[in-house]
Amino acid sequence: MNIIVLVKQVPDTTEIHVDKETGTLKRAGVPTIINPDDQAGLEVALTLKETIGAKVTVLTMGPGQAKSMLHECLATGADEAYLISDRQFAGSDTWATSKILSEAIKTLDYDLIIAGRQAIDGDTAQVGPQVAEFLKIPQVTYVEKVHEVYQNTITITKAYEDYKVVLNAKMPCLLTVLSDAYTLRYMDAKRLFETAHQPIPTLTNDTLSIDVEHIGLKGSPTRVKKTFVKAVNDKRKPLALNPEDAANKIIESLRSIS
Amino acid sequence: MIKEWMNEETLRFTKLMEEFTLKEVAPLAKEVDELERFPKETVEKMQKYHMMGIPFESKYGGCDAGYVAYAQAVLTLSKACATTGVILSAHTSLCAGPIATFGTEAQKEKYLTPLCRGDKLGAFGLTEPDAGTDAGSQKTVAIEKDDHYEITGSKIFITNALEADIYVITAMTDKSLKTRGISTFILEKGMPGFSFGKKEKKLGIRGSATRELIFNKVKVPKENLLGKVNQGFKIALTTLDAGRIGIAAQATGIAEGAIEAAIKYTKERKQFNRAIKDFQNTQFVLAELETKKEAAKHLVFEAAKLKDAGKPYSKEAAMAKLFAANVAMEVTTKALQLFGGYGYTREYDIERMMRDAKITEIYEGTNEAQKMVISAHMLRS
Repeated sequence: MNIIVLVKQVPDTTEIHVDKETGTLKRAGVPTIINPDDQAGLEVALTLKETIGAKVTVLTMGPGQAKSMLHECLATGADEAYLISDRQFAGSDTWATSKILSEAIKTLDYDLIIAGRQAIDGDTAQVGPQVAEFLKIPQVTYVEKVHEVYQNTITITKAYEDYKVVLNAKMPCLLTVLSDAYTLRYMDAKRLFETAHQPIPTLTNDTLSIDVEHIGLKGSPTRVKKTFVKAVNDKRKPLALNPEDAANKIIESLRSIS
Repeated sequence: MIKEWMNEETLRFTKLMEEFTLKEVAPLAKEVDELERFPKETVEKMQKYHMMGIPFESKYGGCDAGYVAYAQAVLTLSKACATTGVILSAHTSLCAGPIATFGTEAQKEKYLTPLCRGDKLGAFGLTEPDAGTDAGSQKTVAIEKDDHYEITGSKIFITNALEADIYVITAMTDKSLKTRGISTFILEKGMPGFSFGKKEKKLGIRGSATRELIFNKVKVPKENLLGKVNQGFKIALTTLDAGRIGIAAQATGIAEGAIEAAIKYTKERKQFNRAIKDFQNTQFVLAELETKKEAAKHLVFEAAKLKDAGKPYSKEAAMAKLFAANVAMEVTTKALQLFGGYGYTREYDIERMMRDAKITEIYEGTNEAQKMVISAHMLRS
């Protein structure tokens, strides 16, 4: 079984600086981590590798420095890693990114694609589903648990806000995984040194040959006008009351709602 | 800065050790000390993630990563918990080390491989009740029989005792030859006649298991002789040379942990309406401690680099250990002073760090023994 895991290197902070010209994120000089939901995705893949046997390939799109993250993925247990990187890809929104990722995936063998639900820097949760659409394969989002794989069927729990569904999906398919359910294991010290010089091929547009109209800023329908942190509009008011008045106040408030 | 010249994989390994220490080691440090409890669960995790054979060849299950990476591992663990640091150090440089250096292929396969793979834990026994620095006064004897040696005697203050499965120990094979009559053997826990004394109650590194090893006519197969007959003293000295890099790293780690704790505390603690970090005394003390700690670190990694390069490093390892141990003691004492009365309470980690630091001036050769080694290198010709 071949599993492809989509990972993204994200800034390790909530303080993100935005390029005022383009409205996109400035990434230079910020400490980075593997996106938390993607960590869960990698852990799902490594668990499957352990239990039923699988070849795990990690894929990321980003600048050259993302290679260090891919080396961490190899040290954790991934078998292969690819970096998708090209100046032509710069400025891609989720649509163009998904297009590029899906074209890269088409050059590889896969039975299952696992992505994190969303990245903590953009929070769109769009890339996973869009990749599945470009590849024309089924998708299950918000996966909380992968139970088993039987022949070409995978059984999973999908989480909704207030209920859960256990369902079977036909492979090949794409899952987006939640970070809550899976904690990525540590890098293995022995593997870390063994894979230190494993080549990480870079896929550029020379190999993928995607029409430049569909990638980069040009191929991105999204136009970012402004990025800002939403101010919290807290309507709660602290009241200093004795217990009896407090109880009456609560009852009064509840009555006014109904 | 040391990190500037480290290669990419050693930096990545450092990141792993830092994350592991933060999540697995630091949360247990206080309890391990307080209850004098061997952190078995941490050791099992270190075994699982293949941290128990860092400098050894990968064909035996090691990481093949050298002493620089190994020193970095001990240092990082010791920043949060010196007990965990010494467990790794004794296992790696004192038990697996001599087997890797002096063992036969069969011994390496049988003993080094499970030590590196994390299936077995190791320990080393040289010190006896009447033979500390004066190793020539050993009373433990190994008598040659048909197909085995019969070992009788005892070893004291043995790190990882009882918890370990494999023991590298020394015994006299020819008493008349003093240090030239010592041989080294590999013993396994469970061999008939091999038992353990009570657990020592110590000032520091209280979670580390320290016990007596008791040998009552233990039958040790001849193939468990490590190196040649009467070569034991040389093996012990070589082993301790490498071990000192581990202990020097441990001492440096304790110092680094104490400085970080002091920085955090002096930023939080207010007196006279100011954070105490704003007082020049605090700043000058921190600057001095940081400088000494970094100097110690350079000596540690210099010795580790020399060892990795296959060059002589005995003097450098002794200097690293002597200096780093002194620095650990000074740093923890002065950092505790910055905490004032709070530092003396067990609410803060700094008093534990100070207690833990003291042992680095004593074990694997006292400060005085290091000076003997260093001056011997200086004065021989």
